[in-house]
Amino acid sequence: MKTKTPSKLEKILAAGHLAVTSECGPPRGSDIEVIKEKANLIKDYVDAINITDNQTSVTRLCSLVACIQLKLMGLEPVLQMVTRDRNRIALQSDILGAASFDIHNVLCLSGDHQSFGDCPTGQNVHDIDSMQLIQTVRLMRDQGKFLGGDDIKRPPKMFVGAAANPFADPFEIRVPRLAKKIAAGVEFIQTQCIYNMEKFELWLKMAGDRGLLEKVYILAGVTPFKSAGMARYMKNRVPGIEVPDELVKRMADTPKEKQPEEGVKICIEQIQHLKEVEGVRGFHIMAIEWEEMVSEIVEKSGLYPRPGVE
Amino acid sequence: MQYPSNIKIIFVPCTGKVDVLHILRAFEKGADGVYVVGCMEGDCHFISGNFRARKRVEQTQKILDTIGIGGERAQMYNLSSGEGPRFAQFAIEMNERIRKLGPNPIKLVRKKAA
Amino acid sequence: MIVADKKPIEEIIEEIKNHEKILILGCNECVTVCEAGGKKEVGVLASALRMYFLNQGREVKIDEKTLERQCDHEYLEEIRDVMDQYDAVVSLACGVGVQFMAEKYHTTPIYPGVNTCFLGVTEKRGLWTERCQACGECILARTGGICPVSRCAKRILNGPCGGSTNGKCEINKELDCAWQLIIDRLKALNKLDDYEKLSPLKDWSTERSGGPRKVVREDVQE
Repeated sequence: MKTKTPSKLEKILAAGHLAVTSECGPPRGSDIEVIKEKANLIKDYVDAINITDNQTSVTRLCSLVACIQLKLMGLEPVLQMVTRDRNRIALQSDILGAASFDIHNVLCLSGDHQSFGDCPTGQNVHDIDSMQLIQTVRLMRDQGKFLGGDDIKRPPKMFVGAAANPFADPFEIRVPRLAKKIAAGVEFIQTQCIYNMEKFELWLKMAGDRGLLEKVYILAGVTPFKSAGMARYMKNRVPGIEVPDELVKRMADTPKEKQPEEGVKICIEQIQHLKEVEGVRGFHIMAIEWEEMVSEIVEKSGLYPRPGVE
Repeated sequence: MQYPSNIKIIFVPCTGKVDVLHILRAFEKGADGVYVVGCMEGDCHFISGNFRARKRVEQTQKILDTIGIGGERAQMYNLSSGEGPRFAQFAIEMNERIRKLGPNPIKLVRKKAA
Repeated sequence: MIVADKKPIEEIIEEIKNHEKILILGCNECVTVCEAGGKKEVGVLASALRMYFLNQGREVKIDEKTLERQCDHEYLEEIRDVMDQYDAVVSLACGVGVQFMAEKYHTTPIYPGVNTCFLGVTEKRGLWTERCQACGECILARTGGICPVSRCAKRILNGPCGGSTNGKCEINKELDCAWQLIIDRLKALNKLDDYEKLSPLKDWSTERSGGPRKVVREDVQE
């Protein structure tokens, strides 16, 4: 497949390799070293690193700057952009900012509601939604134009991604929603973390039946459980995540000191299973505050070393 | 049936007719206490009049607390129409409560001003 | 209608405590329907305030009146003759009425007695819920009659977001996910294919962002 941008992630996917991405959360302060440390832990095991954008509406160092930091380290960032905090002027502006440092990947998201975070009394913006943001980036890239119609000097060359959640409700529109995002111009998808393998494969199959898998790269999201408590928490308290009872049981039946190991084992098994599933073009490993496990997960899943591209 | 003579009874077809405003106005005019006596819950002749009355009494109690008159001066009681002695009992109980609380504070202010 | 909720009495007391002659002014329309500022609520507030001040040792004059509306000149003019009797007015009308009163009687302090909340419906007595945010450009034809601007916490125009669970919004389990409602409605109308139509970027200039708005109808002006 031909590539449309200089994105390393796009090149790897276009070459037919299984891509591996992971994510780093910026610090709640101005110490950029935190990003450097996290990035150094995972850089040899992933093709690109997502930087989250004020995740869960908790104010953190901004995603754009952390992405620039990664770029300065010679790494491949994925700029996550939520529409919650910025209007269309700021979003276009930040895209240009990213492009000025030759950041080539953007993930377009709505963002969790601000009531979850540290500024619940603030406003949310949502001047445009995540689908319209996808359209905006494509407009800026492919036609070199601002939303207002003027020409952009040195347009961004961004590989456009979005999230998909086969486990959110209602299930019946999850594939139409994917189709909608593709129509809007999305080129790669990172899914919410998968535990209910059956449902994920059903979603994938339904997407394939509509011919959508030829139009977009799907990266399967995985997250290792650190403990049985975490598995229970994710099952019961996090919207849009489904954890089958057998997995919770498996974690709970494991003695406490061995639970992290078991969680990583489950994750590796999931990846190895998904490698064989048609339509899966890569993995997005979300090891929140547990970045040190990414290397082991990637190695033991047979995804190391990462391929090189031009 | 004996009940204290300082109680003025106002008859209504159903306690559902009693509004927050009626109770407040009574206090404004100098009543030391107001109690609303309705049918047993579930037996209201008009189905839910006594439930409405209870909610309104509770509303009034909150207002009376906020303005410093005291919510305990307003109460809701339920009994069936045949329970004469119980009516007397409520009357005595209410009377005791109000005696302990003392007169409606705004009466004292009005007296001073006069 | 406009839905409002009574301000706590303590707050109103704080607003008027230095005045001696107060008019509590109600409105017979929206705030009557949502039981926040009609004749009855005026009566209750006035009685409570009189007793409060008496309890404080002051006999404050507190009068009651309810106008048909407070957003039309004709009705506000009805009290012109009596306004000089008062040194303050607590208006239980919505924010519109309070402001119009203040514009008309600009030498008398006009205080709000209710919090104006939203444009909504009476689901049942005692429960009013939001339906419209007056965005100025109605898109209900596209969404099966359910508004994502007012009923989606993120006002997403191509929803639902990933937080929709069991038909409820991620911010509150009791809040319906607007997009679930839209999808259900489109299904009922046999228009589920419309779901995949991409909603274009909204022109928010007709909404609050564009500044205070007006509607002009020259054909009916004198």
